[in-house]
Amino acid sequence: MKFSEQWLREWVNPANDTHALMHQITMAGLEVDGFEPVAGKFSGVVVGEVLAVAPHPDADKLRVCQVSDGATEVQVVCGAPNVREGLKVPFAVVGAVLPGEFKIKKAKLRGQPSEGMLCSESELGLSDNHEGLMELPTDAPVGEKLDQFLGLNDVTIDVDLTPNRADCLSIKGIAREVGVLNSLVVEGPGIEAVKATHSEVPNIAVRAPEGCPTYIGRILRNVDLSAPTPLWMQEKLRRCGVRSIDAAVDVTNYVMLELGQPMHAFDRDEIEGGIVVRMADAGEKLVLLDGQEVELTADTLIIADHAKPIAIAGVMGGEHSGVSPKTRDLVLEAAYFDPITLAGKARHYGLHTDASHRFERGVDYKLAREAMERATSLLMDIVGGEPGEVVEVASKNDLPDDRTIDLREQRVADVLGVEIDRTTVEEILTRLGLHIGKLLKNGWRVHVPSFRPDISIEEDLIEEIGRIYGYNNLPVTEPTGSLGLRPQAEGVRPVSAIQNYFVDCGYQEAITYSFVDPRVQALVNPDDEGIALANPISSDLAVMRTSLWSGLLKTVEYNQNRQQPRIRLFETGLKFRQEGDRIDQQPMLAGVVVGNQLPENWANGRRASDFYDAKGELEGLFRMLGVEIQFAPGQHPALHPGQTAELLKDGTHVGWLGTLHPQVQKKLELNGTILMFELFLNSIVSGYVPNFKDISKFPEVRRDLAIIIGSETGFAEVERVAKKHAGNYLTALRAFDVYEGESLGEGNRSLALSLFWQHPERTLNEEEVHSLFSGVIDALKEELGATLRS
Amino acid sequence: MENLDQLVQDGLAAVEQADDLKALDQIRVEYLGKKGVVTLQAKTLGKLSAEERPAAGQKINEAKGQVEQAINARRDNLERVAIEQKLAAESIDVTLPGRGQDLGGLHPVTRTLQRIEQFFSKAGYTVEQGPEIEDDYHNFEALNIPGHHPARAMHDTFYFNPGTLLRTHTSPVQIRTMEAGKPPFRMICPGRVYRCDSDMTHTPMFHQVEGLLVERNVSFADLKSTVEEFLRVFFERDLEVRFRPSYFPFTEPSAEVDIEWGREDDGSIKWLEVMGCGMVHPKVFEHCGIDSEEYRGFAFGLGVERLAMLRYGVNDLRMFFENDLRFLRQFR
Repeated sequence: MKFSEQWLREWVNPANDTHALMHQITMAGLEVDGFEPVAGKFSGVVVGEVLAVAPHPDADKLRVCQVSDGATEVQVVCGAPNVREGLKVPFAVVGAVLPGEFKIKKAKLRGQPSEGMLCSESELGLSDNHEGLMELPTDAPVGEKLDQFLGLNDVTIDVDLTPNRADCLSIKGIAREVGVLNSLVVEGPGIEAVKATHSEVPNIAVRAPEGCPTYIGRILRNVDLSAPTPLWMQEKLRRCGVRSIDAAVDVTNYVMLELGQPMHAFDRDEIEGGIVVRMADAGEKLVLLDGQEVELTADTLIIADHAKPIAIAGVMGGEHSGVSPKTRDLVLEAAYFDPITLAGKARHYGLHTDASHRFERGVDYKLAREAMERATSLLMDIVGGEPGEVVEVASKNDLPDDRTIDLREQRVADVLGVEIDRTTVEEILTRLGLHIGKLLKNGWRVHVPSFRPDISIEEDLIEEIGRIYGYNNLPVTEPTGSLGLRPQAEGVRPVSAIQNYFVDCGYQEAITYSFVDPRVQALVNPDDEGIALANPISSDLAVMRTSLWSGLLKTVEYNQNRQQPRIRLFETGLKFRQEGDRIDQQPMLAGVVVGNQLPENWANGRRASDFYDAKGELEGLFRMLGVEIQFAPGQHPALHPGQTAELLKDGTHVGWLGTLHPQVQKKLELNGTILMFELFLNSIVSGYVPNFKDISKFPEVRRDLAIIIGSETGFAEVERVAKKHAGNYLTALRAFDVYEGESLGEGNRSLALSLFWQHPERTLNEEEVHSLFSGVIDALKEELGATLRS
Repeated sequence: MENLDQLVQDGLAAVEQADDLKALDQIRVEYLGKKGVVTLQAKTLGKLSAEERPAAGQKINEAKGQVEQAINARRDNLERVAIEQKLAAESIDVTLPGRGQDLGGLHPVTRTLQRIEQFFSKAGYTVEQGPEIEDDYHNFEALNIPGHHPARAMHDTFYFNPGTLLRTHTSPVQIRTMEAGKPPFRMICPGRVYRCDSDMTHTPMFHQVEGLLVERNVSFADLKSTVEEFLRVFFERDLEVRFRPSYFPFTEPSAEVDIEWGREDDGSIKWLEVMGCGMVHPKVFEHCGIDSEEYRGFAFGLGVERLAMLRYGVNDLRMFFENDLRFLRQFR
């Protein structure tokens, strides 16, 4: 809400300056977003009068004017279309400085001397309007300084109101707050009922009283809408960010800004039969004041006549029934519309108006009649006319209940953490317009006025006391309460330990969006489309990720396009899958690696990362976490069919490691061999707790062998068979060489293994070791068809 | 015997001239070996009388000792030179970079989250997690934001269907935690949140940390100390903190928290909004089956990216999710 400081000070005028005032209301919860002077910085501008206008001898569009500044008469050349004899205008005399350090000097325009300048609104920084000269009222005193005449020593203050403070969407409401904060009495203009001069009343039927508990109407006949809105009103509207249109619209806006009651004026001649407040019939059409035609839905509360809709209640009027210069008779409307009925309606039609903003948040439900009287008298001052009686159609049962709340003194102290004395509490509540009724043994019975729909429970009152008392005046104390030790399973490692491990391995952590490009996801996970957002921000962030790879691969692309050939990234986060009725949201760990395994330098060389680099890093992770994970050959649509490992824990799938499928890589336009892994975080975070075993004092025996075996037999299989026959005292088995070559025959490879034995209690003798070693060799020959390499 | 002195003089001169260990050894053999010229002098003793012999023997021993000492000294010297030469040949360029893996780095958001979690863990808060695809009830209704509430419009929610959405804040986790347990509670819930908004200062996904403390006896004054202490330990300085009345449907009273961040042109403190907080609204307790006459609580929420930007001087929010390596590498 934007408001004029001067206007506020007409209601309540504290001794503090603009900055102090803004700070004060900010700290009371009406946050000041900004402020700006109501005019640009200028000097030497006075009210001038155009005494005579003559054509310029050498220019069609220019006129030579005689202008009075109150003391002297000078010649000014002017190009504005609305310059005319008798016009009162802002006149920048020679020596004046206009906004932008624009100095006015004596000049010659096409040969004609010009001493000074007649100004438009935009030249004075009053508005953007530069279509013609700013026209001042005919009674403006010639020679008076313009800033004095217009009261331009004023600022527009913009408060960012929270949605509960509908009561502050008016000068009256803000003045009330300022009054409380400064312990000052607040006084607005006196409002009295306007006496009717005829008996004609509007015919009003409210068929939807739940949505419109109060509807007030009045007819004002024989108005003269050609009468201009007085400058003082135009200026107040302008300073509150509202454009002047005509007297009828301006007055309704003025009353809305002043008191907080949105109003509307209809052209009586365009209303057929009478006014009906009802829900719309689905499909009914209405052309709004902004020229837009809308198709109404059945949940929309409308104002209609006996033939057609004429307004969306509380949002915007229709074009057809709106006032125009031809309008003779007005029907004025002031109503209370139910916030819940109106909630979201404006937005549904792509609208947001000053009226809908207020009604959705809750207008004072007892304000309509007062506003009607205020508007009537303001209007009559401008456009004349004959007022009729006010007609009120009200449904008491549908109005909000008057609320009373019991406030306990102890509760105030408990919640705020300080005891505030009774008189302070009472003064705060009273100045806020809350009526203290019965005094209770332990507190007060408080009656909540109709302009504070946000206050409904005891805590709401405590907040009011707290904020006026000042949050920063409340004490600062440490929370008490016992702090027991919390269990912490030693085997369960925090995710941060995993993150730190990857950092140590040279990975950068990435955080990518949880919604991804469906085209990328279709390549990564063709079997699972992902859950689609109903209202995505863009088509490439439209579905929830089914794998963290979707975002990571986009990140690889982003960085490869920025000359980053070596990329090592990991991410943790949820992936999302629809599983029948429920949505599975699984925490995952994923990574991508491309480029040199080590940063390129003189010693590290430039060997590209391969499968075993990534595998080694994962194995290190599993050792750190104390979990046993198997790597089994597997198939995944996004991965190279010959370079894919399925990760298993106790035989259950927990993830994937592999090389990105070259075809997928080509479609994504990525470079290099890209290694990727992804696994379920929950399946790896809990590992074993160490359990000490005695260290053997006896020597370890090592035996090496090399076998030739079919390439399709994996090392894991060789290891399994060897271990089965190596007895109880095998302490380690390692592959120390792998070789493939023509000499071995096609489809074969050589594996060199070393086996280590050690007995905990004695030295193993040669025969025992030899027997076990031979047993291993025999088993490898018999079970796997291996041959011993000579 | 006269030539013994001469022999010693010759020997010492030869030692002095030996320029490697091999030559020195030859000199040792030549003078001190079994058949060395000095050794052979001993054989002349037999020709002397018994009275002369001890003095002559001593003289020969002294001569031997003199030459031997010179040889040892020369050997030490030659050995030292040899080692020095060898070491000089072995010297390397210690200014060349080392071998091996580089260090990576945590994302600045994670780095910030880890710090926040550490502070609160030490004060006895648990770290709770919740779903990111939420239902309307936990994200709105239970937090006292019914369907028609104007606050909903401020949330710019991503929907899947009318009842299912991406959580717009981490507050639903406090509901789930309170539903599942019994008071007292001290918890924080860090995590991703989503709003349908994207421009210079908004990303459709960002991170929040929500904190909740529920005890029998807790007040707004306690909330103030918790928030103030947190901000001071986070920024590692004794900055000014102020509490400004505000509005959140799930707290009453509610406040926004500003910190001092430099000065305005006129010299006054420049305030920057960093957090929201308040006392848990009785309606929220009611939804979680907690008696608000018996327990009170406070809650606070903060935007992680905002704090990270202030802490590390990042000037563009969108960089957090571009994952440009040149950006990420600055946080290690």
